[in-house]
Amino acid sequence: MMMILGIPAPLLFGQLLLGVVNGAFYALMSLGLAIIFGMLNIVNFAHGALFMLGAFTAWGLLNYAGIGYWWALLLAPLIVGAFGVLLERLFISKLYKLDHLYGLLLTFGLALILEGLVRNYYGSSGLPYRIPSQLQGAQNLGFMIMPNYRGWVVLAAIVMCVITWLVIEKTSIGAKLRAATENAPLVQSFGINVPLMITLTYGAGVALAAFAGVLAAPIYSVNPNMGANFIIVVFAVVVIGGMGSILGSIVTGFGLGIVEGLTRVFYPEGSATVIFVVMVIVLLARPAGLFGRAH
Amino acid sequence: MMGFSRPQTAAFWLMVAAIMIAPAILYPVFLMKVMCFALFACAFNLLIGYVGLGSFGHAAFFGMGAYITAYTAKAWGWTPEIAILAGGLVGGGLGLAFGWLAIRRQGIYFAMITLALAQMNYFLCTQWDFTGGEDGIQGVPRGNLFGLFSLKSDLAMYAVVAVVFVACFLLIHRIVHSPFGQVLKAIRENEPRATSLGYRTDDYKLMVFVLSAAIAGIAGGMKALVFGIATLTDVNFPMSGEVILMALLGGMGTIFGPVVGAAIVITMQNYLAPFGAWVTVTQGVVFVVCVLAFRRGLIGELAARRRLSL
Repeated sequence: MMMILGIPAPLLFGQLLLGVVNGAFYALMSLGLAIIFGMLNIVNFAHGALFMLGAFTAWGLLNYAGIGYWWALLLAPLIVGAFGVLLERLFISKLYKLDHLYGLLLTFGLALILEGLVRNYYGSSGLPYRIPSQLQGAQNLGFMIMPNYRGWVVLAAIVMCVITWLVIEKTSIGAKLRAATENAPLVQSFGINVPLMITLTYGAGVALAAFAGVLAAPIYSVNPNMGANFIIVVFAVVVIGGMGSILGSIVTGFGLGIVEGLTRVFYPEGSATVIFVVMVIVLLARPAGLFGRAH
Repeated sequence: MMGFSRPQTAAFWLMVAAIMIAPAILYPVFLMKVMCFALFACAFNLLIGYVGLGSFGHAAFFGMGAYITAYTAKAWGWTPEIAILAGGLVGGGLGLAFGWLAIRRQGIYFAMITLALAQMNYFLCTQWDFTGGEDGIQGVPRGNLFGLFSLKSDLAMYAVVAVVFVACFLLIHRIVHSPFGQVLKAIRENEPRATSLGYRTDDYKLMVFVLSAAIAGIAGGMKALVFGIATLTDVNFPMSGEVILMALLGGMGTIFGPVVGAAIVITMQNYLAPFGAWVTVTQGVVFVVCVLAFRRGLIGELAARRRLSL
């Protein structure tokens, strides 16, 4: 068996793949948070709950309507995104003139409501969600065995990140979005409907979280708490990367997933805390974050 | 008295009277729980209400205080007052480390950093030996105060908790109304201006962060002695959320608000406990309603209507 640094290669690469899979979720989640923060100036604490809601929507579509994974991958983000639009119109839009803190408190309250309601109706033990038949099985790559589904998650997340990046950086909608992030009143004076853009941005960020939730459904068991602890790690990722840059969020997300995977190989006890330790080091060395601009 | 305004003096004596009479009517353990959490909420409020620093990781200090008090009282047989003090010291020490890191970033990042650091502390608590992992530290003896007076009876314990609570409450009030407290409020209102007036705002923020963490540690330590138990629940994130809710509901930046908020939240938990996850839902609804409809909280709203300072 091939050994690398005293570790069997399949184990090392297996954990590395798990790390990249986690990194894919970090990237999708912090990307959504960054887009929402850029436009709304609100840190969306409900992001974890909406991630969970994405997974539950996929489960519900399958069990109540017989709609399978592939349609769920499209429908769940749309449904949860529409729900996000509703949340923004009803609640979040009332806070734009207030301190950032209130946005965090309000979305935290929304997260509690969503998680509590789901726990009431579905309990805390997870619900199973099968891997779609096309993606079952695994590939033998020679140096490791790669389950097809995990490879697909990484691929889908990268594609989604690239699409998001292209939309924001290369299209006219993205240009308007970036302009409105810099100076909303000015953009509005050009006749662009900024409030509508804000609402749709929130919907899009939420849809990204739901997309991640559907991807996660077959890997983790679908349960009401799946987003709650996850969001705290994602916050640490965001502190490390800084919310100023789209590309920064993606790179930081994948990078930290890999760091976490490697830690699980070389120092398993530290795998739960390593991202927080990295955060501490970054705060000491570069307080503004790796890609952040000092304010 | 002590910089209290007249309505505050009245409210203070009302509170003291309530603390003295209440055990005749209500279950003392419930009242002690309310006082422990009220103190915790007051400590949290010292940060958010008077310096504008929103910490989302205060469970770390409360929970570590509980663990240290429980451990020193059980394993080393320390007397309760020393054990509680140790809890406060460790809480404050942890606050020094967290605060030193978190004040490097401002506003919303401050909240996220404190949250992440507290989560790290939680994971460490699941791994350390002395915390007892999932079981926590159980069967903590209340011991003898100063090695003399047994605290086994609930009323004896109640007296200790009441005295510590009122003393810490007055201490917080004193901090807020000292020249130091005035600088804190200046930082809350306009930090660049406070800096330009020659104050090292980071030093002030760190000092008050440590004070707040130490008092939270004392609150946690008392809680551990009252219930004889310190568990992972005390250091976990929902605890941080609860203390935020107490301060928000009662009124951030008012001296009595967090006490009222804590009493309401604990009562609510007691009555809703049989309904499982509805506690979480109700707390979420209270958050949303408070943020949207009355950001000043109950006491803040009352004070504003009556033009009092409470």
